[in-house]
Amino acid sequence: MDFDLSPEQRMLQESVSRFVQDAYDFETRTKVIAADAGSDDKLWQQFARLGWLAVPFAEDLGGIGGSAVDLMVIMEEFGKGLVAEPYVVNTLLFGGLLGQSQNHSIFSSLIERIIAGELQGAFAFLERQSRFELFDVTTRAEKDDNRFILNGEKTLVMNGAAAEQIIVLARTGGKQCHELGTTLFVVDANAEGIEKTGVRLMDGQKVANIQFNNVVVSAQSIVGAVDHAAPLVREVVARASLALCAEAVGIMEKLYTTTVEYTKVRKQFGVAIGSFQTLQHRMADMFIEYEQAKSLLYRTVCSIDEQADDIEKNILALKVMVGRAGKLIGGDAIQLHGGMGLTDELDVGHYVKRLMMINTMFGDADYSQKKFAQIMAA
Amino acid sequence: MHTKFSSEDIQFRDEVRAFMRDAYTPDLARRIASDKTFKDAQVEWEKKLYEKGWIAPHWPKEYGGAGWSIAQKFIYESERSAVGAPDVMPFGLKMLSSVILKFGSEAQKQRFLPKILSSDEWWCQGYSEPGAGSDLAALKTSAALDGDEYVVNGHKIWTSYAHNADWIFCLVRTSKEEKRQQGISFLLIDINTPGITIRPIVSIDGRHTLNEVFFDDVRVPKENMVGEPGKGWTYAKALLTHERSMAGVADSKRDLEQIRQWASEEVNGGQALLDDPTFSKRLTDVEIDLMALEFTELRSVAKAMKGEGPGTESSVLKIKGTEIQQAVQELRMDIAGYYGAVVQGELSSHEVGHDFGSSAREKYMYGRAASLYGGSNEIQRNIIAKFVLGL
Ligand SMILES: Cc1cc2nc3c(=O)[nH]c(=O)nc-3n(C[C@H](O)[C@H](O)[C@H](O)COP(=O)(O)OP(=O)(O)OC[C@H]3O[C@@H](n4cnc5c(N)ncnc54)[C@H](O)[C@@H]3O)c2cc1C
Repeated sequence: MDFDLSPEQRMLQESVSRFVQDAYDFETRTKVIAADAGSDDKLWQQFARLGWLAVPFAEDLGGIGGSAVDLMVIMEEFGKGLVAEPYVVNTLLFGGLLGQSQNHSIFSSLIERIIAGELQGAFAFLERQSRFELFDVTTRAEKDDNRFILNGEKTLVMNGAAAEQIIVLARTGGKQCHELGTTLFVVDANAEGIEKTGVRLMDGQKVANIQFNNVVVSAQSIVGAVDHAAPLVREVVARASLALCAEAVGIMEKLYTTTVEYTKVRKQFGVAIGSFQTLQHRMADMFIEYEQAKSLLYRTVCSIDEQADDIEKNILALKVMVGRAGKLIGGDAIQLHGGMGLTDELDVGHYVKRLMMINTMFGDADYSQKKFAQIMAA
Repeated sequence: MHTKFSSEDIQFRDEVRAFMRDAYTPDLARRIASDKTFKDAQVEWEKKLYEKGWIAPHWPKEYGGAGWSIAQKFIYESERSAVGAPDVMPFGLKMLSSVILKFGSEAQKQRFLPKILSSDEWWCQGYSEPGAGSDLAALKTSAALDGDEYVVNGHKIWTSYAHNADWIFCLVRTSKEEKRQQGISFLLIDINTPGITIRPIVSIDGRHTLNEVFFDDVRVPKENMVGEPGKGWTYAKALLTHERSMAGVADSKRDLEQIRQWASEEVNGGQALLDDPTFSKRLTDVEIDLMALEFTELRSVAKAMKGEGPGTESSVLKIKGTEIQQAVQELRMDIAGYYGAVVQGELSSHEVGHDFGSSAREKYMYGRAASLYGGSNEIQRNIIAKFVLGL
């Protein structure tokens, strides 16, 4: 057992953290998310040059075949810098579905373009009614000879405004909430019958509501196996959840340290407010929660890299912890900053909003706890 | 001890209910909710209450109060919140009026109270400064007497609705004393006086209610000082106990009913959120806390009507009231799920998913302030420890 990063992982960590320090201060981030695209192509090219986009892909796909630890290292640093670029959506969700599908060889040119930073993609899973049930899918794909006709609506598709290609989770059989009977299709975002409406989320992301009206897709655009999307989707979403949790741990570290620093310099009643014992205890609790979340993160990452049999359970536990700790740390970070914490100008509130977004992604703390309970009882 | 309503109370309830139903129209509700139309619509609403004689029920009758019993106050609040109607703006009608009524001169009562009552003049509260938040007595904004006028210089911050206000009541330093609290005075300033600059602060809900207010040689007539110079701290504290007693019980009660409704409609994999044991536990915890707080508030009102208070129990109301509000906001946000993240109107004019998603987030984010303004909850706990428990 060893909880140290390897020399290569430390280098990776330094490279991401240097990028955040040199090229991604809060002002730059504010500009990037305010821009029309919601992300910055120049920064994305830099990600490609630094090799970060290759990390999640297997070597035979032109990637680096990075481990879960590698991914964690990148995401924690992204969290600390509140990096808004669509790394998770583009490489882990969109790229992950393509790269981990059993028919990945036919998508090799798309994957090459992702790694080169030339392709933006999205994964359209959410529907109006589906809440956190991934397979509550009503968007239909009807077979018509050698092609399929797509009809339905996907909401808040992350990176959906910028994506050139969209992987759509659609129903080819079975009932509304059944896993069986769901299929993935990769669709050109400009295909006839697609209507996009841009929407902005609280963390600055630009997403899209997407309507599919008789969109024709060929059978070659099926990712994985017909009717059997579930195992692939689950595997890919698990990895994305892990990445988001690592990002959240980075955010928590930033929030608790920023708060500690602030209370050392903010003076009231003639002393630094950090000298008040009640605030010291609050910050001690923020620190404890952060450490606990980090420990569960390590536990989960190791289980993935070791292909253990408790990965799902670990990810759910981590998601619960991140949701709970995030509420505590985010809430106290604002409270201890006083009125300053309530301003849009200070970065604290923006970190908190991203934490809230991560809590929601793929199931909030309550939902994840319910799933966790089911696994424990089984 | 009993909590029964008399037949007059029942009659009164029917009257308030009918009034609320007719006066608080959906159109008015919509205009109050929008930043652009807020002020005019809120004034329109307050004027309806004014005409009915219900705008400041707690004032003495001679100045326009309603002389209600505790049961009537309770009924009024319940019926108002049941239709979702907002409370009146508190700065003039609840906060400043309590100071003027108790410490103001007859001339000040005649000059200011009628326009507060008719909602023709809006006030804002100029207490906090960059260096004086929790430690309010550290305030530096100065007022120096020059002939018949005070000359005010300084910088206030977090001044809610200053951009909508006609007047600002300020704590200013009129002398340097051994004990900081003793040099503070309470001054009423016309916000359109030359030398005043208002700068907006955008808050984390993306909206603008907060401001900075700068005073640069602002000349204020001497007669706008309330009570005696140097006694402002005493008046300010009296006002704060009023501010803190606003626990928002009736509004939280209505919010919880709405949350029950939404949670019964929100389905996850075939199960309503309301039937989810985790959610139900969280919701009922808040409901139980609120049942208790409702009676804590009634006990406090009963005491106040006998002329005692509101005293230190206002700190209990402030802490529990705001904790409940924040728990309510969290529940609402969690029901909204992904749709709570949507910034409505930024790119798309359509509603996406739940129509309450965007406002759930705004309320949640802005709601973080409730444990800060009026004296933070940490400060309230210090007050309870010191003045109630004698620690
Ligand atoms: C939305 C909003 C609206 C407001 N509206 C108004 C208004 O209209 N008019 C007005 O005058 N002011 C207003 N305020 C200001 C409000 O009263 C102050 O924010 C509050 O008093 C806290 O002061 P501060 O922001 O300087 O924080 P600080 O005093 O710097 O406090 C920072 C943190 O330290 C804690 N702390 C400070 N001292 C102690 C202590 N002794 N023991 C333990 N903990 C302590 C606080 O609880 C807080 O968590 C508003 C504030 C907000 C956020």
